[in-house]
Amino acid sequence: MELVTKDRKTIDPLETIETHNNTAALTINPLESEAIYIFREVVAQFEKPVLLFSGGKDSITLVRLAQKAFYPAKIPFPLLHIDTGHNFPETIAFRDKLVEELGVELIVRYVQDSIDQGKVVEEKGKYASRNSLQTTTLLDALDEFKFDAAIGGARRDEEKARAKERIFSVRDDFGQWDEKNQRPELFDHLNGKISLGQNVRVFPISNWTELDVWSYINKEKIEIPSIYFAHIRKTFVRDGMIWSADEAVYREEDEVVEDRLVRFRTVGDMSCTAAVLSDAVTLEKVVEEIRASTISERGARIDDKRSEAAMEKRKQQGYF
Amino acid sequence: MEVLKIATAGSVDDGKSTLIGRILYDTQSLTTDKLEAIEAKSKANGFDYLDFSLATDGLIAEREQGITIDVAHIYFSSKTKSYIVADTPGHIEYTRNMVTGASTSQASIILVDARKGVIEQTHRHFFINNLLRVKDIIVAVNKMDLVDFSESVYEEIKADFQKMIDQSEYKEQNITFIPVSALLGDNVVTSSENMPWYQGNTILDHLESLEAQDVYEQSQMRFPVQMVIRPKQTDFHDFRGYAGKIYGDDLEVGDEVTILPSLTTSRIKEIYFFDQKFDKAGRGSSCTITLEDDLNISRGDMIVKNAERPNIGKQLEAKVCWMDTKELQAGTQYFLQSGSNRILAKIKEVSGVIHTDFSGEDTTANSLKLNEVGKVNILMSRPLAYDSYTENRISGSFILIDAHTNTTAGVGFVQ
Ligand SMILES: Nc1nc2c(ncn2[C@@H]2O[C@H](COP(=O)(O)OP(=O)(O)OP(=O)(O)O)[C@@H](O)[C@H]2O)c(=O)[nH]1
Ligand SMILES: [Mg+2]
Repeated sequence: MELVTKDRKTIDPLETIETHNNTAALTINPLESEAIYIFREVVAQFEKPVLLFSGGKDSITLVRLAQKAFYPAKIPFPLLHIDTGHNFPETIAFRDKLVEELGVELIVRYVQDSIDQGKVVEEKGKYASRNSLQTTTLLDALDEFKFDAAIGGARRDEEKARAKERIFSVRDDFGQWDEKNQRPELFDHLNGKISLGQNVRVFPISNWTELDVWSYINKEKIEIPSIYFAHIRKTFVRDGMIWSADEAVYREEDEVVEDRLVRFRTVGDMSCTAAVLSDAVTLEKVVEEIRASTISERGARIDDKRSEAAMEKRKQQGYF
Repeated sequence: MEVLKIATAGSVDDGKSTLIGRILYDTQSLTTDKLEAIEAKSKANGFDYLDFSLATDGLIAEREQGITIDVAHIYFSSKTKSYIVADTPGHIEYTRNMVTGASTSQASIILVDARKGVIEQTHRHFFINNLLRVKDIIVAVNKMDLVDFSESVYEEIKADFQKMIDQSEYKEQNITFIPVSALLGDNVVTSSENMPWYQGNTILDHLESLEAQDVYEQSQMRFPVQMVIRPKQTDFHDFRGYAGKIYGDDLEVGDEVTILPSLTTSRIKEIYFFDQKFDKAGRGSSCTITLEDDLNISRGDMIVKNAERPNIGKQLEAKVCWMDTKELQAGTQYFLQSGSNRILAKIKEVSGVIHTDFSGEDTTANSLKLNEVGKVNILMSRPLAYDSYTENRISGSFILIDAHTNTTAGVGFVQ
């Protein structure tokens, strides 16, 4: 069997793919190759890397790529989950199963602890969310374990401030991103040299689009939490978006709860992640739906709608 | 689908971001929520047209100042291709970010403001695209609406640009001229009705006609070892794999190889990609290989085919593009990093600063300032396996890392 990279071809889920067949050539996905390359650079250049695992599709994809990068060795770093306490129960069950199967270490740190310790103050009212509170818990966890590289699943196509991010993104002692003074990044020469106190955020799937991620999950038959598929859920509508009717989500009395057939495109804190109407029950259907969509993935994230520069401001403070 | 990587270039305000925004708009690549945000912001700024640069200028400071500071990576697809666009800044202060964007791109769109013509920054950006050997260049003469869509203005600029091309050493570079109005969309995605005298392709049509190619072109096979994989598990007790990415050419089981810099030899035993073995792997694949012999190999070593040895030495000459405010000076130590290999190095000599307008060089200089390109002689503490940049991109280029601040201070192209 041959391992052939056609010039910069990405894998089209609609093409027939024969990987387990010993006579056919395998088409390599350059995005996958790039991500594996980045993973290996992280492990080679840093003393204590960690993978930020949210339980969402991007971090699940990262885990698969990490598995491929180091096979037959195990993934040589732990996973870190910053738990907002407002999770979809499905994703937590999924997380625990995945960790068990892979035999990797999982570290969980809770936003609730940061609140109890008085380090952050819970937001109140209609748009309250724990999303931005995560930053403090994350920075504390990086500090606690002396992690020098935190690998994240952010993609440049997600948001306009993310579009500016390097693959190795250096943060100062306070976890801050100096967006106006980033290191040049040339060819495949990734510079992971840092000074004491600094750390690096690493984004192996920077150049993937939402569709690339879904196509990959589909092609690799990667298991993902059920909330990514269409299901009936108790929901209410606010500002033209569909919200989960859950105790973690603030709801006014006049906001009517109804059963709807929905799925989630992105999985974050429940209080800031809206659902979309969908009847996509299979991966193929999800890929089709993304292909045809006219709304961006983060169009369903209330945290980005707070202000035009919401993401950049959060990133400056150390958000991932 | 094919993926084509392109970058923008040209002076500040020449319309790079506007052009990319326009392409996104005309190819229906802007999602409804993003388009609404652009409409609202344009209106708030008091514009009577849509400011398409808002589609790519993602930083607060960029939107405040109306300029691009750092590269934005933008993704869109046509019927036949996926595009990754690096929208780079035109301001001289941010040239390093322009180099960042261009280094991974196969094609560059260099914009020229029709009212200003070829200016210093146009020279510099064309020069850098030349130095990087970006294969396809589109010279977009922009803001044609502000010069009455005049053919003679366009022809004059084209002739000026041609003078630069004539001086370039990289003769295989494909260069195409297109008159456009990024703001109004003339010759961007749809042919201009205002310029009937222009019969050529629109920008998008031209991009569509390019054959997508890896920036790491076909050349001799190079396999820089990123890490050694030793699982220490019962199933793979004696497994010793070398993980890396293949550059230049295919690698096959049975190939006779030399390990550099030690010059030991062996044969390829297995090629793994994840849990499968292959007889052959193409360039661009990140795989793990094993060898017939038990050798002492570590990160930074390079595996090549026996008949295709690169240079090995402790000294090299390179053209260096300097990207740090702290000057490069003879006698200073840096870390030289080429792929997975990082070596302590010392600048022996700066033998000249090259004028980026192709007018020669200043041989009296002995330092390099921010954004300058010069010829530099470097000494290394250990032998390095290297090629000339024209022969092999990965082993022919390197970065210089400041030993104190750890920043990436310069990029070098081996002569
Ligand atoms: N009339 C006219 N104005 C244009 C055209 N293209 C761009 N502009 C205007 O020129 C100004 C600068 O455009 P940008 O797209 O921000 O320029 P840029 O090249 O990206 O600038 P930097 O990224 O800062 O180097 C804006 O006000 C645009 O609206 C054009 O074709 N015609
Ligand atoms: Mg711009």
